[in-house]
Amino acid sequence: MSKKIALFLIVVLVASLVPALGAASAQDKVKITWWHIDTSDAQSATWQAIADAYMAQNPNVEIEITILENEAFKARLVTVMQAGDPPDIFRSWGGGVLWQYAEAGLVRNIAPELEGEWKDSFSAKAALELYGQDGEYYGVPYTWGAVGIFYNKVLFEQAGLDPEVPPATWTEFIAAVEALKASGVAPIAVGAADRWPAHFWWVYTAIREGGQDAFLKAYNREGAFTDDPFVKAGADIKQLVDLEPFSEGYLGMNYGDSQVQMLDQAAAMELMGQWAVGAYQGSDAAKAEVLVPQLGWFPFPVIEGGAGNANDVLGGGDGFSVGANAPDEAVDFLKFLTNVENQTALVTSPLNIIPTVGAAEVAITDPIALQIIQARNEAPYFQLYYDQFLPPAVATAVLDGVEGLFAGTLSPEDAAATIEDVAAMELAE
Amino acid sequence: MAATRSGILSGAGEKIVSERFRREIGKTFTVLLCIVPGMVVFFLFLLIPIFQSARYSLYDWNGFGPLQNYVGLDNYRLLFENKVFQSSVQHSFQIMVMSLGIQLPLAMAMALMVGRGKLFGRRLFRTILFIPFVFSEVITAIIWRYVLHPSSDGLVNVILSNIPGYDTVGWLADKDVVLYSIFAVITWKYFGFHMILYMAGLQAVSKDHEDAARIDGADEKRVLRYITLPLMGSTIRLTVFLSILGSFQQLVIIWVLTQGGPVNSSQVITTFLYKYGIKNFKLGYGSATAMILFAITLIFSIGYQRIIMKQDYGDMA
Repeated sequence: MSKKIALFLIVVLVASLVPALGAASAQDKVKITWWHIDTSDAQSATWQAIADAYMAQNPNVEIEITILENEAFKARLVTVMQAGDPPDIFRSWGGGVLWQYAEAGLVRNIAPELEGEWKDSFSAKAALELYGQDGEYYGVPYTWGAVGIFYNKVLFEQAGLDPEVPPATWTEFIAAVEALKASGVAPIAVGAADRWPAHFWWVYTAIREGGQDAFLKAYNREGAFTDDPFVKAGADIKQLVDLEPFSEGYLGMNYGDSQVQMLDQAAAMELMGQWAVGAYQGSDAAKAEVLVPQLGWFPFPVIEGGAGNANDVLGGGDGFSVGANAPDEAVDFLKFLTNVENQTALVTSPLNIIPTVGAAEVAITDPIALQIIQARNEAPYFQLYYDQFLPPAVATAVLDGVEGLFAGTLSPEDAAATIEDVAAMELAE
Repeated sequence: MAATRSGILSGAGEKIVSERFRREIGKTFTVLLCIVPGMVVFFLFLLIPIFQSARYSLYDWNGFGPLQNYVGLDNYRLLFENKVFQSSVQHSFQIMVMSLGIQLPLAMAMALMVGRGKLFGRRLFRTILFIPFVFSEVITAIIWRYVLHPSSDGLVNVILSNIPGYDTVGWLADKDVVLYSIFAVITWKYFGFHMILYMAGLQAVSKDHEDAARIDGADEKRVLRYITLPLMGSTIRLTVFLSILGSFQQLVIIWVLTQGGPVNSSQVITTFLYKYGIKNFKLGYGSATAMILFAITLIFSIGYQRIIMKQDYGDMA
């Protein structure tokens, strides 16, 4: 009896497998796996709509989207990379991390498809270069901006500062910080516990002190991160930190907390990337309605006596890279994603991009976004965030050094040495 | 006759032997069948990774591609020279000492109160005190991030600001305070677990012994000191063991609360491993850290079990 039941079960099991196999071979669709990190409903729906549009035009393609939270994405991507099984298209910021994947042969060179019309359509050339090296390309950026200072004009006015003439030099900036502090608000909001918001400050002072030259020398090991400009950058940060321009407990606050300070009108300035306004709106729509119209934007002040050009920019953006085993259709889809129509549509979508394709720039009307796009396109030297550009271990050392500066536990010399110690090992190869 | 007899005997003997042999085989087979799945998991996910880790720790390896860059003991040398690692080890030991000195006595006190005493509503208290242990570590850490928020809006700061002259404390932002804040959270989370163990231990303590001591004129302090606690020895030894291992292996709560910051002032061995090994793509370096953590816990476990917990194993040791 029990044997009969067992036999019956086996037959059922085997039979259930047959149609599954049949169905798989009958469909014969090309499947593209796509990982992005835009978790909000409105934003992920935007990507889904683009995927749907492509699938409608190309019925033989099936795009499977996986949405992951930022940190979860990074952790999981590393795991699948180590297993040698990258997704076909995945969120990427270019720079050192991507190059590391490239050296291990885990991403696909899309230079053959990119060369020509597609490549020429990009206005953010410096950005595109970060998605490749030595003539190879592994991905493309779809939004790219610049880091600058978002400031609250009303709070500036209350502190007796002219809200329409933001500080242009470091001296003016320090004076503004003192005036704001005297008026009773925290001059600067910074989420130092997340470390990367603090690192913007140090990298920008380094860019202003030493320019491209100093960085390239240190990066190519003709110089070092203990060179003068980097120590001076540390001294500038120390000068700023000594004024106590941040709200209490800033070392324990993350980027979410610094947004709240801006939204509460408790802090006047935040050095942040192009996404800042969207982040305020996402954090608290009601308070953002008050804050956003009060906001202005100005580029990082020039440091007197520094070697950097006033138009040099620190920034970055987002793009997608192509996994090593991706089908040709994946590259074609990426081309579709960055065509003028989609780039234009994305500007006004919940993703709020700053387009990387020149012909789509006309869609930008927001005055702050216009300033950012101008800063990005006119930068003689565009520096990607150090924590993306440098190999991860060096990036961590930069964040450690900067954190020490902000906490007052490291002198400018020690902070520079913290970075150089690791750079000497990691960049030598 | 003799031959026949012996023949019969030997035949029967053979039969018995083969029967016994078959039974032995059957028993061995059953035992194997029960052990093999466990052993496979043990080897695949425990022993082999340990040896792999030991091997990786001799290479400079980013986790991608083949192991090529053999560096010998360089990773270990770098580790021991690293000031952050030194302080991480120190912090791990600090948490361990605080756990033993504060967390366990607190759990014992609670167990005596809600497990034994005539406290009103002790069942309710028992449940309430145990609830934190049921929460996931991530949830615990996220809740406490709000409670200990360094701004003046943080719950603890708001409550304490009622005290005149209180100045906002950066519970998670002040490098001299952060480790104690983290310890408080760990205690909140785990003392319920130790309390339950102690309560189970208390059940096993016979009332007769205590009553006998009382009749002999011992006061409650002495009953506790000379009767109750010694009789709970095996439970206490077990919780000390678990508490020490737990202190060294604590990762999630600290990572979510502070990521080891500010300025590495709450970095422990596990967070150091995660931050500088895994997140930095330095798997060789991370493996070296893991090997040191493994060595510390292994030496401790074996030593502790051999010397201190020996008596609790009875005949099995």
